[in-house]
Amino acid sequence: MNISQYAVPDQGDSAGTLGAETKPPLLEVDRMTFGYNSGRTLLDGVSFRIQPGEFVSLLAPSGSGKSTIFRLIAGLLEPQSGSVTIRTGKPGKGGKGSRLGQVGYMPQKDCLLPWRPVLDNAVLGLELQGVPKRQAIEKVREMMPSFGLAGTEKKYPHELSGGMRQRVSFLRSVVCGTEIMLLDEPFSALDAMTRVDMQEWLLSVWEQYRSSILFITHDVDEALLLSDRVLVATESPIRELHEITIDMPRPRSYGDTVGEIFAARKRTVLELLHRGQSSSGNTNKSSAPVRAQQSQGEGNG
Amino acid sequence: MIRRYVPGVLLVLVLALLWEYGVQWFSVPHYIIPKLSSVVTALWDNRSSLTHHFGVTLGEALLGLFLSVVTGCALAIWMHMSKLAQRLVYPLLVASQTIPVIALSPILVMWFGYEMGSKIAIAVLFCFFPIAVGASDGFKAVNRDILELMQTMGGSKSAIFFKLYVPSALPSFFSGLKVAATFSVAGATIGEWLGAESGLGVFSKRASGMMRADSVFAAVILLSVMGIILFLFVKWLESVLVKPNKI
Repeated sequence: MNISQYAVPDQGDSAGTLGAETKPPLLEVDRMTFGYNSGRTLLDGVSFRIQPGEFVSLLAPSGSGKSTIFRLIAGLLEPQSGSVTIRTGKPGKGGKGSRLGQVGYMPQKDCLLPWRPVLDNAVLGLELQGVPKRQAIEKVREMMPSFGLAGTEKKYPHELSGGMRQRVSFLRSVVCGTEIMLLDEPFSALDAMTRVDMQEWLLSVWEQYRSSILFITHDVDEALLLSDRVLVATESPIRELHEITIDMPRPRSYGDTVGEIFAARKRTVLELLHRGQSSSGNTNKSSAPVRAQQSQGEGNG
Repeated sequence: MIRRYVPGVLLVLVLALLWEYGVQWFSVPHYIIPKLSSVVTALWDNRSSLTHHFGVTLGEALLGLFLSVVTGCALAIWMHMSKLAQRLVYPLLVASQTIPVIALSPILVMWFGYEMGSKIAIAVLFCFFPIAVGASDGFKAVNRDILELMQTMGGSKSAIFFKLYVPSALPSFFSGLKVAATFSVAGATIGEWLGAESGLGVFSKRASGMMRADSVFAAVILLSVMGIILFLFVKWLESVLVKPNKI
């Protein structure tokens, strides 16, 4: 299998961040600034890093420009100032210095091609990378059982449930073998029960493949359960990201959400979010129309 | 399956009986509306020449349809690739449809002659528009989220065109093609009316000159059968090529 696997750091207190700190970060976002229209800034000097094999969540309120961060990292947009650096050793596909083709991007909607059966959908990424079809199909077939997709090869997306479609979408991203994956609220459209199943399932798959994941969500529990670190954005435009290390041992399961560490970290996050809200509450009147504009801008993508 | 067709078949039978006996009941002159039975007789009596004329018209319609698909798709692709072409050509395309093709037809006959060329040209004039617009609108119906995803996967322009744009455009293209398939017969026939040596249009024109309404109706029935065949052919092609397009 071509998926890059990193030595899993020993599960110490810092859940791997310390052990990996010696390597250069896989993804480095440095003082990135962006706005869709001049004068309406969404991101103002945002910086963060992701180490190989790390699971990091970005927790921010809806409509605050989270998806824009992903579009910037994936190379669909260019920052107005600052930089995005990806160290995967793979060249970009869209010309020199392009980030297109370097990260696995799993969008909010499953984005399956309705006219392709599951198997053909899952090979799309490999196909676009120029992998011979037979080889691509073989690789996908191998991975389907561990994604809970055995027996669905010939089904069309409209015959699958929302959760199953997200599994296909995730398989399609994982099979490309990118060392870093961006997951944009992949479970937000699912009902609560399915979501819990999918979170546990994602953890089990990630334990197996261990690529770096940057996960966007506005669900606090989801972020805490899944991540090594949670980056919390409290203000709009997004400036500073507050980092919280989730030092729960792995492998984790949904049962961990009633543990002490979880409760303590959750309190910290909620306090941060609350503080962010009350501080932006002072300027609420002036920022309200700006927010409406921002969510429009996001809707374009 | 059989039950589905029973009402339709019954309706056709009732209409046929009404035609056959209504005409006799109201004593309509045979040169205005002939009895259905005499139309059938005319079909049978002229079977060898009708077969020949049918083949000629079908050939013109098919060639016209084929050329329309080629040129219509080429134009749609050009408009898809170039914003400028889109802005320049689309309004012209719409404007071209406000010209009554029949008024333009004599000029086409002068340009392309009395042979097959002018018939095909007129068929193309009829068919080109629904095909070009269908394909062009189909390209615009592409899902932006999937497009961006394929870009982040490092998909090349041509790969994205063939794997995303073309399948997305197929349903809309086929809607246009179905309309065009029936238009092609009308186009070829009008071309023949303006002057030709063979074809169902010529046959019916000669027959009407001789007050042979039964032969005119025989030709009209064959033309409509031809339109239906072409339509069903396109529909079959669609069912083969177009996979589910919505989730």
